[in-house]
Amino acid sequence: MTKSTIKFVQGNEACVEGALYAGIDFFAGYPITPSTEVAELLAARLPQKGGKFIQMEDEIASMCAIIGASLTGHKVMTATSGPGFSLKQEALGYACMAEIPCVVVNVQRGGPSTGNPTHVSQGDVNQARWGTHGDHSIITLTASNHQDVFAMTVDAFNLAETYRTPVILLFDEAVGHMREKLVVPEKGAIPLVDRLRTAVDKGVDYHPYLPREDGRLPMSDFGGDHRYNVTGLFHDMWGFPSNNPSVVNGLLHHLVDKIENNVQAITRYKEYFLEDAEYVLVSYGSSARSAIHLAKNRRARGDRVGVLELQSLWPFPEALIRDRCRGAKAVVVVEMNMGQVMRHVKAVVDEPERVFLANRIDGQLITPTDIKKLLRVIQGMGV
Amino acid sequence: MSVKDYLRERYFPHMWCPGCGHGTVLNSLLRAVEALGLNKNDIVMTSGIGCSARISGYVDFHSLHTIHGRALAFATGVKFSKPELKLLVPMGDGDALAIGGNHFIHAARRNIDMTAIVMNNRIYGMTGGQFSPLSGLDKKATTAPYLTIDNNFDVVELARAAGASFVARTTTYHALEAVDLLKRAIDHKGFSVVEILSQCPTHFGRKNKEGDATNMLELYKANTAKLGSKALKENPSLIARGIFVDETRPEYCEAYEEIIQRATGGKR
Repeated sequence: MTKSTIKFVQGNEACVEGALYAGIDFFAGYPITPSTEVAELLAARLPQKGGKFIQMEDEIASMCAIIGASLTGHKVMTATSGPGFSLKQEALGYACMAEIPCVVVNVQRGGPSTGNPTHVSQGDVNQARWGTHGDHSIITLTASNHQDVFAMTVDAFNLAETYRTPVILLFDEAVGHMREKLVVPEKGAIPLVDRLRTAVDKGVDYHPYLPREDGRLPMSDFGGDHRYNVTGLFHDMWGFPSNNPSVVNGLLHHLVDKIENNVQAITRYKEYFLEDAEYVLVSYGSSARSAIHLAKNRRARGDRVGVLELQSLWPFPEALIRDRCRGAKAVVVVEMNMGQVMRHVKAVVDEPERVFLANRIDGQLITPTDIKKLLRVIQGMGV
Repeated sequence: MSVKDYLRERYFPHMWCPGCGHGTVLNSLLRAVEALGLNKNDIVMTSGIGCSARISGYVDFHSLHTIHGRALAFATGVKFSKPELKLLVPMGDGDALAIGGNHFIHAARRNIDMTAIVMNNRIYGMTGGQFSPLSGLDKKATTAPYLTIDNNFDVVELARAAGASFVARTTTYHALEAVDLLKRAIDHKGFSVVEILSQCPTHFGRKNKEGDATNMLELYKANTAKLGSKALKENPSLIARGIFVDETRPEYCEAYEEIIQRATGGKR
């Protein structure tokens, strides 16, 4: 029997531990700061369990390779950062369209373009949602500490396998490179999900793209008894290309609905001191650490400050945010970009004029003091 | 099994133009698979985008119709994750060597066991006749109304230099020769490349005054010669056909098994 083990690790290593716990057996990647450690660690760890690691010729090929490997029935992941994430977008859309389970890690750095490779940013939030062309839906998880990086990584595999979709793990440079304690739970402590596989017998017509009533599609591994077509074109229930308007309409609705109809099941979050909070800080990733730190300090001085820490960003947890922000004197979104989540918060709360942005975009981690300065202005206490 | 047993007849008629050479490539490929007695469940055909790429929909194998230029990258994921599968990767000339050029040279460099088939009609057909990196100099295309100034790749030399361990070339006129070359390529352990010159009367032939499909096939007969033939010796400007490279070299998936042995201290 295995026991839980305690480690002192980087966030990127916590991600690798989570992936291994979840049962990853295939990784394809390309070196890029600040995510490279994920590839380096898996190059060592995967062959130890008989899994496969491959360094591909570029970011695009890495994304394509994991999709190919997922189709043979494996749990797959790639890791990258901004420029590489941009390059992966076309193949990411293919995985949405062809409904291929896969996990894509983006350890965010400053952008646009080559940007600020060794510094922290949270500038890819909207790219994670809309980076690939066309209507679609996608799941994006994030985390502010290593225990949660581990848990969200396990969750990412579970959600990818459940919904047959790419899941993006949107970490940031500060979490990726910081070192702290991680407890790897014993095997079995966290339930793992494997994709549904078809029960249709050999020789019986199998419809790879005919959703069950619950929207899920049982798969058949390449190399198995059912030979079918996989394509990025709109396709019918056999996977064969079709531009029949009702087929196109039906498939696009299915691709969006299978995720948007399950927002509640997919939403992950944590809350701190929200019961009686007059000031709600909404944050995620490494910014949430500063938000939580500030809330604790202000509480000690009698200020009723609370934090809603988002761990799933897409599908956007509208109902949760509306509920937790209701009645607040002010809502402060704490993030390291120009307000990518703030705009969505404004769009869903009852009183958007009470939503403010506490941000930093200079490559430095936002501090509790940065947030406090804004909070004091909002409270009418001067700068 | 007959060749028909390898087709998904449900999806016919195919979408290729009358006179297109791609149907001949499909025919030769299926005859090669039949002659090798391969099990349909063991074959994965991966293709990209373009006229050529539609071939994967018509075959009764596991088929993966992917995005433009990336067929070999997807195929690498399939093969490396499940090495017992046979990978067939038909691609057009633009698909394989323009947008997909990087994957082509790197798959060759790895010598990963799969068969790349370059269905070379020297034109982007599906988008209506733009020149490709295999069109060559002084050709007319919709994006070269004043003739091309772009040099072409030589697929054979490129594949050889990049490390492919089997490289061959033929044409759709030589359909039986194509069967034989494809058989040997599929049977070869490592990265194999077969370039098949395939006529596009609609977009290449018409613009470049090569006539209809029959005329274009006649040109393949007249302008090519077998490697080592007297005709080729007497006229080196002819396009050579045959097997250019056939070597035994360490294959990528097998080499990775050695990595697993090293990582586990030989315990697996």
